[in-house]
Amino acid sequence: MNLLPQFDFKRPQSLHEALAALTKEGAMAIAGGTDLLPNLRRGIGLPSQLVDLSALAGLSAVERQPDGGLRIGALVSLETLAESPLAPDAVKQAALGVAGPTHRAQATLGGNLCQDTRCVFYNQSDWWREGNGYCLKYRGDKCHVVAKSDRCYATYHGDIAPALMVLDAKVEIMGPKGTRSLALAGLFQEQGAKHLTLEAGELLTHIVIPPQAGWLSAYEKARVREAIEFPLAGVAVALKKEGGKIAGLRVAITGTNSAPLMVPVDELIGQVWNASAAETLAKSVRKISNVLKSTVSSVKYRRRMALALARKLTEALWIKAA
Amino acid sequence: MKTILSLWVNGRLREDAVDSATLLVDFLREQVGLTGTKQGCDGGECGACTVLVDDRPRLACVTLAHQVAGRRVETIEGLAENGRISRLQQAFHEKLGTQCGFCTPGMIMAAEALLRKDPDPSVDDIKTALSGNLCRCTGYVKIVEAVQAAALPGCRQEAAQ
Repeated sequence: MNLLPQFDFKRPQSLHEALAALTKEGAMAIAGGTDLLPNLRRGIGLPSQLVDLSALAGLSAVERQPDGGLRIGALVSLETLAESPLAPDAVKQAALGVAGPTHRAQATLGGNLCQDTRCVFYNQSDWWREGNGYCLKYRGDKCHVVAKSDRCYATYHGDIAPALMVLDAKVEIMGPKGTRSLALAGLFQEQGAKHLTLEAGELLTHIVIPPQAGWLSAYEKARVREAIEFPLAGVAVALKKEGGKIAGLRVAITGTNSAPLMVPVDELIGQVWNASAAETLAKSVRKISNVLKSTVSSVKYRRRMALALARKLTEALWIKAA
Repeated sequence: MKTILSLWVNGRLREDAVDSATLLVDFLREQVGLTGTKQGCDGGECGACTVLVDDRPRLACVTLAHQVAGRRVETIEGLAENGRISRLQQAFHEKLGTQCGFCTPGMIMAAEALLRKDPDPSVDDIKTALSGNLCRCTGYVKIVEAVQAAALPGCRQEAAQ
């Protein structure tokens, strides 16, 4: 590991101060630090200033909304989120699946959602990457995953984003131009080197989950070991069953593309879950997922696991809803 | 740039001039002189640097010292009381939960965090709580037994069955 680069450190006491500090050229926000600091130590990123969000009040609660939905502060730790009796199943399972227990006590929901994309050619020491002439994501001009590509194919491996996406969650963002709210899926774009649509100086402050009456949800990830592991493929499913038919279905995947993605499943609405529906779902997942050699695990395994998990979770929720 | 950092380390309030880019593990080991906290993988993957911050476990190698300003940091050195090692430390000693010893401070601090939150954990709770701490010697059985021994009687009975 390298020594950390030199940067200024600010610990604002209010959101207003934090937003002001983030307007500085090269400033970066830090909350738990479990994603950012290992990268900085590998010579990835040279922030001029780190803005520590941990002293900010009002961003650390999981609250029930008057309409029955939830509003979750971006600084809620993954441990708190996983233990919250209010958290829907998929969110709880996703939060519990992140890294190890000590990471979860330290890491925040906002940080987990905004975590950097990952790649076997990127999450390496500076000398390792230098030996490769660096890469398109940082300091280089070539993608080693897809040669001749003009975009970076680093993969998004966050666990919680897909779980929130199938619950139709929205995010609240504050920035120099004021406050805006957008569907969580809109926070991401399929570009490994710029996968977040946050603009300079913007800060994710809250996550809002609408009421979930009648919906069941689940998240599962494929992994080599049971702790400290990013998803090789992760799938979240939310299902609403009415009158023996699928009244609502949302499926999202992670660990496969440069962004967590919603899988198009419209043709399954109104259908009965059976072998042909499972095949339709698998086709949809296959069509939208784009697993490449961005991890050391086999591409074929990750691709197959994404399909298998989507079918397995939907089936389990279908049976549970009966 | 160095600025003043004030925080509690093992029950004593300290003030030090600390560089903004100093990690908590380096601050504890080099500036405070508490070398019990170990530097292992240096990337948050092995748990050897686990300390407590306000009673919850924290990886000191992926935490900047200034991030824990004003908070209560506890290291392995802070567990002994009046010169006697704690019940949990004694259990690691007696149950042979330590071999080379490198992972032990992190293991004990992670276990301490668990026992403060849940004095009577199940075996599965113990395994989950320690799942971020790697040991290359023991195979973990003796470590889990040590934490069981330090926990309340309920857990010990479960282990005996």
